[in-house]
Parts: sequence; C-alpha cells; structure tokens
Amino acid sequence: MNVGVGLPTTTPGADRTLVVEWAKRADTGPFSSLAVLDRVAYDSYDPFTALAAVAGVTDRVRLATMIAVGPLRPTALLAKEAASVHALSGGRLTLGLAIGARLEDYEAAGVDHSERGRRLSEQLAYVRGRVDEERIGPSRDGIELLVGGASGPAFARMARYADGYAHGGGPPRAFAGAAARAEAAWQDLGRPGRPRLWGQGYFALGQVEQGHAYLRDYYAFTGPFAERVVAANLTSARAVMDFVRGYEEAGCDELVLFPTVSDLSELDRLTEAVAG
Amino acid sequence: MRVTVVGGGPAGLYLAILLRKADPSVEVDVLERNAPDATFGWGVVFSEHTLGALRDADLESYLAITDTFARWDRVDIRHGGRVVTSRGHSFSAIARKRLLEILQERCLALGADLRFHREVDAVPEDADLVVGADGVNSLVRRTRERDFGTRVAPEGCKYVWFGTPLVFDAFTFIFRETEQGLFQVHAYPFDERTSTFIIECREDTWRHAGLDELDEDESLAFCERLFARDLEGQELLSNRSLWSSFPKVTNSAWHRGRVVLLGDAAHTAHFSIGSGTKLAMEDAIALRDALASRSWDLDAALVDYELARRPVVERTQEAASESAAFFTRVAAYAGYDPIQFAFNLLTRSGRITHARLTVRDPAFTRSLDAWFSGAGMGVAPPPVFAPFRIGGLELGNRIVARGGSEAASGAGLLLSGFVAVSATGRISPDTPTVDDWTPERRPVLLQLGHAGRRGACLPRTVGVDLPLQDGWDVVSASPLPYGPYSAVPRELDAAGLGAIREEFVAAARRAGELGVEILELDFAHGYLVGSFLSPLTNRRGDEYGRERLRYPLEILEAVRAIWDGPLSVCLSVTDWARGGLAADEGVAVARALASHGCDLVHTVAGQTVHHDRPQYRRGFLTDLADRVRAEARVPTLVGGHLTTLDDVNTVVGAGRADLCILDLPPSAVEAEATSPIAERQAVSR
Repeated sequence: MNVGVGLPTTTPGADRTLVVEWAKRADTGPFSSLAVLDRVAYDSYDPFTALAAVAGVTDRVRLATMIAVGPLRPTALLAKEAASVHALSGGRLTLGLAIGARLEDYEAAGVDHSERGRRLSEQLAYVRGRVDEERIGPSRDGIELLVGGASGPAFARMARYADGYAHGGGPPRAFAGAAARAEAAWQDLGRPGRPRLWGQGYFALGQVEQGHAYLRDYYAFTGPFAERVVAANLTSARAVMDFVRGYEEAGCDELVLFPTVSDLSELDRLTEAVAG
Repeated sequence: MRVTVVGGGPAGLYLAILLRKADPSVEVDVLERNAPDATFGWGVVFSEHTLGALRDADLESYLAITDTFARWDRVDIRHGGRVVTSRGHSFSAIARKRLLEILQERCLALGADLRFHREVDAVPEDADLVVGADGVNSLVRRTRERDFGTRVAPEGCKYVWFGTPLVFDAFTFIFRETEQGLFQVHAYPFDERTSTFIIECREDTWRHAGLDELDEDESLAFCERLFARDLEGQELLSNRSLWSSFPKVTNSAWHRGRVVLLGDAAHTAHFSIGSGTKLAMEDAIALRDALASRSWDLDAALVDYELARRPVVERTQEAASESAAFFTRVAAYAGYDPIQFAFNLLTRSGRITHARLTVRDPAFTRSLDAWFSGAGMGVAPPPVFAPFRIGGLELGNRIVARGGSEAASGAGLLLSGFVAVSATGRISPDTPTVDDWTPERRPVLLQLGHAGRRGACLPRTVGVDLPLQDGWDVVSASPLPYGPYSAVPRELDAAGLGAIREEFVAAARRAGELGVEILELDFAHGYLVGSFLSPLTNRRGDEYGRERLRYPLEILEAVRAIWDGPLSVCLSVTDWARGGLAADEGVAVARALASHGCDLVHTVAGQTVHHDRPQYRRGFLTDLADRVRAEARVPTLVGGHLTTLDDVNTVVGAGRADLCILDLPPSAVEAEATSPIAERQAVSR
C-alpha cells in the first residue's frame, strides 16, 4: 500500500509559502501522492488551482483530487482544468470525482442539486470517453480516474467509468466493507482485474486541539457527525501506524492522510511516523 | 451529575444500575409510565456471548438473571409432519417480567430513583443527560425526529405474541399449511412454567384467513385451533396480544446535545433473530463505558457510545431484516427436503454459515452433506464438492470460474465471458465472436449474446458503455440511447429480428461443432434480447412490444430446436429501476423460460438501463437466485461476489442456487510481498 498526504488547502492560515513548501517536502518524503479536497462555500483553495500551483515545484508525487465535486463545474471546463493539471505536472494527475455532500456548494455554484448523479455520470463518460478531446485539449490520456460515494449508483459509476474507488474516510472496517462493494460492482460491470482502492484519514500530530477545532468547523454541516470525524483524527504516531496497518489489511492501495493544522511541523511529524 | 432516564424497560433500568454502581454521586431518575409489574411480551432470549458481557458489567444482576433462566441448546424445526433438530446453539431465556423485577430491585438497592406512572410529554429540562430508553414509540425521539433522522418502516410478516403453559424443550419452529397459506410459530421456554409462542403469516394469508376482522379473543381461539396438536391441549395466553407488523426503527444519529437514545428507541431488530433486549442492554454497557472513559464530557462520550455501538447494531439489523424477509417467502421452500429446509432456515440471516454450523453441530452438517451428495448416511464431501447433473452432463463440483481468474483451475465449470453471435453484436472491437472463439478449458459454458444498444463501445479495460468514435450501427427493441454520448439505436424491424434470431441459431450450431458443454443465451443487462424484456427499453407498438417475452422466447425456441445439450439463459431478474422489471415479474419470466426448454437460469440484475440503482455487497444476487429457484423451480447459477468456499457451501447447501461463481480475493502470498510495511517488519526482525 502507498501512503499519500493531503495538501493544506482547506485549513485556516494555509498561505502560498506553506502550500509550496509543504508540496516540496512531500515530494522528497515517503509519500506517493499529494491530494486536495474540494469545497466552494468554505474558505479554501480551488482544487485544480492548488494542484497547478504545486505541479511546478514537484516532480515525483501523483497529484490527486480526493475528491472534486464534478457537477459544480461545467463538463468541458472540468475536463480542461483536469487535463491542464495533468499536462503541466507531466502526467501525474489522479482525478477523483464525486457528487459531494453539501447542498450549499451547489447553491453557491448555481447548479441544480437534484441532477447531480446524472451530471456526474455524463462528466465521467466525457472525460474517460475522451469526448471532444480534439477541440478541447490538452490530452486526457493517462489521467487516473477515481469515483467516490457510498450509494449503489456511485459504485456502478465507479466500475463503469473509473480506474478505482475513492473512499470517504472512516475506520478500516468501514473501508473494507466499501472495498467489497467496489469489487462487487467491478465484477458486475465486467471490468477486467480489480479497482484501485484509495482511502483517507485526518491527522493532527502537534496542535491537536487546533486540528479538532478545524474538523468541527469543516464538518459543522453534518451535525453530530462532526464529532465522529474529530474522534477519528489521528493524533499520535502510534495511531497513524495502526491506521495505516488497518487500511493495508483491508486491501487499500493508496491511503491519503490529510492535515488539520496549517503547519509544516505536522508534515514532518507525519513523515517520521510513516517512515517509522 | 443528574441523569433522567425516560423508560423503565431493560435498557433504562440497566443503565441506571450501571451508572449508580460506577459513581454513587450521579443522581439517576427513571421515569416509567406504567406500573412496576405491567409488562408486554413474554420471554426474552439471550445468547452466551451477551451473558458474558452482563456478568462483567454487574455480577449481582447477572447471578439473579441466570438463576431463573431456561436454557437449551437445541433448535427443533417441525415441518411437513417431521422434526429436524440442530444442536449446539446455547440460548437462555427469562420472563420479561422477572427480568424487570430483578433490575428494579437492583436499581433500588443502588439508590436509583424509580418513578412509575410517570407519563412524560416533553424532554425533561433539569437533567445534565436525558436518556431516551422509552422503546419503539419513544417520545424522546419523536419530539425531535428531524434531528435524529428517524425512519420507521414495517418489515416481515404479520405477527402476534402469545404465551403458553406448554414448556417446550427447544427453540421450536413450527410450520403449518392452511388453505389460506402458511403459518409459522417461533416458540421457546422462558421459565419452568411458560413458553413464548409467536405466530406469523404473510399479510395476504392473514387477510384470507379473516384475521383482520377478528377481535382479540376470536383470534386467540383461531390460533389455538390451528396449533392444537403442537400445543398438546394447552391454551394460549394473551397479554393484549394483537396482530401487528414489526416496525424497523433506524436513526441517522442517536444523540443530540444532552439527549441520547438507547435500545429500541434508537434501533429495532426483527424479533425472529431475538436480539432486541440483548442490543438494548449492551447499549447501556457501552454508554456507561463511554461516560466513564470521557469523564462525563458528554459530546465526546456520546460520540464514542454511538461509534462503538453503531457497527454492531447495523450488522444485527441487517441480519434481522434478512431473517424477516426469509419468513415472508418461506412457503416457497415447502417442497424442500426437511434437512435442506432446516439448513436454509438456520442460515437465513447470514450469521450462520455452513462452516459455523459445522463448529456448533457437526452431526447436522454431516447429515446435510450426505443428503446433498446422495451418499446416504456415510461420509460425504460438503455441498461445494458435490457433483451437479444438468441435461445429461455431470459437473465435478459447484464452482464456476470466470475465464482467466484464479478459481479457473479446479472449478467445475468455466465461463467463456461474452461471446457475440456476430460482428455487429459485439460490445467492443475486442469482444470475440463465435467464429473466432475457442474454449480455454473444459467444461465450458459459452455465453452467447448480442450487445444491442450497448455495442460499438471502447474495450472494458478502459471503461464500460463508452461509445467508439467510429463504431458500427447499433440496434435495439426501441430507438433509445443507452447512456451519455451513446448512439441512438435503430429499432429492429421484422427482417432484422429474424436475421438476429438466425445468428443465434447459427452460433449455437457452431457451439455444437466446438463441443461446448453448456450453451447460455444472454437475455440480461440491457443487451439486445434483454432490451425486449423491460418496459423501460421496449416501447414497441407491435406484438413484440405488447408481449415483451415474445422475441426472447422465439430465440430460445429456435436454439432449443437445434441444441441438445444443457441450455442456460442469463436473465436480469430485476431492473433495479423505477418503472422497470421488478423481481416478481422477473421470476415469472424465469418460469416462462423454464417451460420453453431453459435448463438453468444464470441470475443477474440491473444494467437494463444506465440510471439503475444496484445494491452491491457480498452475495448481492443470492436472494434473487433463491427466488427464481424456489418459485420458478429451475436450477440457478449465481455470482454476486461470493468470495469463499464457505459462501458457496451455504448458498448451494441451502438450495439458493445450484452453481456459484467464485471471486477469489488476491492470493495472500502476493499481497504480502508488495507490502512496504511487511518489508519494513522483515528488516526490523
């Protein structure tokens, strides 16, 4: 299993200096990917802009959206942004797409929420089917495509159009359950081989309370669920290792750990924990 | 700290005991609307595992409870004039009334304040923590159902809960056929004088029998008459025993602020797996533990409580729903041999498998295995390794492998994968046609199909239903494109229908020349023939639209006429889409196929339309295969992500399918070798 790290694009106080330096260190660290989240109605950076900003200062790590809310963007623009990051990073993009969980992002973007599933399917068919690619370049060749979500249709969309599944987070046991469903969908749609399985978690290895506070704020829209996310925040090297081991045993291919505090020392501590 | 518990049932009382015991400075009030000795229901069942938890949580009440227990390890299944017994199931039961007395006494001894006859009409204001332990109709929950995300839906059969002075000596299932349909009983002893006696039947049976119009006494008399022989002359005891439907309660959150739900208020599990009281008391233990470990930091403790309990509860609820559904369709298994009927019943919820039952009761699975393989009473292989005979062909075992998979060596049958009847019937350019296909291994099942409107796509290594830029023209029942960017198919006219029918016939002849063992016609997944079966994809105004089965049956008959070997049809039994084929109609289609010469139904679901809502999990097609096999009375082949031999033994042994596609997980040796952690551990050793 590979381990990736999140880029601080949603945590308070993440500025240009931090984002760029974080990416450089991640690129030389034990991480295989650098991933971003996506929210419109929240003080955070746009996922594709952020990945473009770090594409130039990294050479090795894959750059991943984990996930981007596809339907918020017009399909051709989404494909163009993704393909541009892919080209400017030298072919390192992993594009994770899902419908997301927040109504307010759809309201802010002026997009019909009720059409989200159908729109995402269409976007996936467009990106993966390389529809209109000659007119709307650059090339989408080699973009690794992931789909997230927990419903039956989300798993079907994943198996139909993508290379793998982006899980939304939780204990290894929950991941294992989702992985079984992803594999069932993959077989059902007649795909050869197996889906790539991506998992994620949060960590705060220094300023724990600050990390918890950020998660409470970020997940406030979920009501009491926010406390569950806080409870799962990994706050020690030991917890990180247990989590990594648990995900590995559950069949995860790539586990991305997202920061909850905008501080380089968090990345250094994670590097130590992962390199163990 | 002041805790108000609303509801003086097992959950609330047990929590009061545990909280007072852990910290006598915590004030606990329990508000109960009824009198101390009023109770509904008769006995309560516990498993060995639960008892261990109760012993560790509070030894005094554990000793009092177990002192009055009825214990047994047998399950008796009475059906069709015979009894099948399974042992090794360690259950215990206690009168609910006695359980409440014990808990009440223990509460009083520990200084909890029990207030009876207290009807609560709002969430109490003056407590630091309010516990809604007030059961399935919880007022605490109903005051803020939006916050809790409450859903209540009926599940399973109509049922009525009686007692009887007849003391059964095992957990006893009784099945009784009537002109109105099947009635079944779940009976078990709970003290030395009394047993619980729950009767259920499907709602249509209940209405046909006129039970909807009988009052309490009349219905009791009806039930006494119906089960007179099993009651051995004893009476049924009523305790406001009325027929009802079981409400399945789920909540997306079990706590909000200082209010938390416990037991049935938070979640119910169908009585047929007997877990309600167990879950409720385990909830109390988990809540006590969470409050203690978080030093009464409520936000954190209530999250911990829910995190600890939710996975266990959800698994139990899923098993309970499976069990409830089983009893609604059990009449279809009436013709099964008693040992298979019993095995099917015991494995109904998914919690007991062939392997687990072998640990509990090796004699039972030995009998099943012997019956299944026809070995009489000797030693027999488990069901997966029993041969299967179909149309003069004998397969060595029940495992079916997809081509190129790890299971391929050793499987009784190999699937060819989709092979097109013609070049224009291909899914993608890499789809083999029958003219350029040869079997990898034998025996082989050749899956013949025409892709219809799902044709002319990119290879599935890239994705599915992604149209080629320069593909070929596609055809279907009606001119409706399949998915985004799909071409509009041409509606087949009479000549086109005839031509493709002849392609199937020619392909079948070719299969004969190749020595194929089993031939399968693909009528599923929204491919050409499948598109005729669903109202969502067949909008034709001609006779092929009025009778959606017409074209599929024409093809089946034409192939049957020239193919002597075993003939399978792959069928989407449900479209998993609104307005599409539902399972009832799918089963009827399977019945029609069987009566036109189909020997095996390869049961699948969905993909008829692009916007379907599939339900993926391990074994997601098993229930459908089971329905087809039991109701359409035709052998079934099923996949649906079965990953272990134990899965196959259970599915095949219970009669839910005859052949199973095995999806083996990746080899353990490989997984280990690519693991960076394993490498690191190897180095540090």
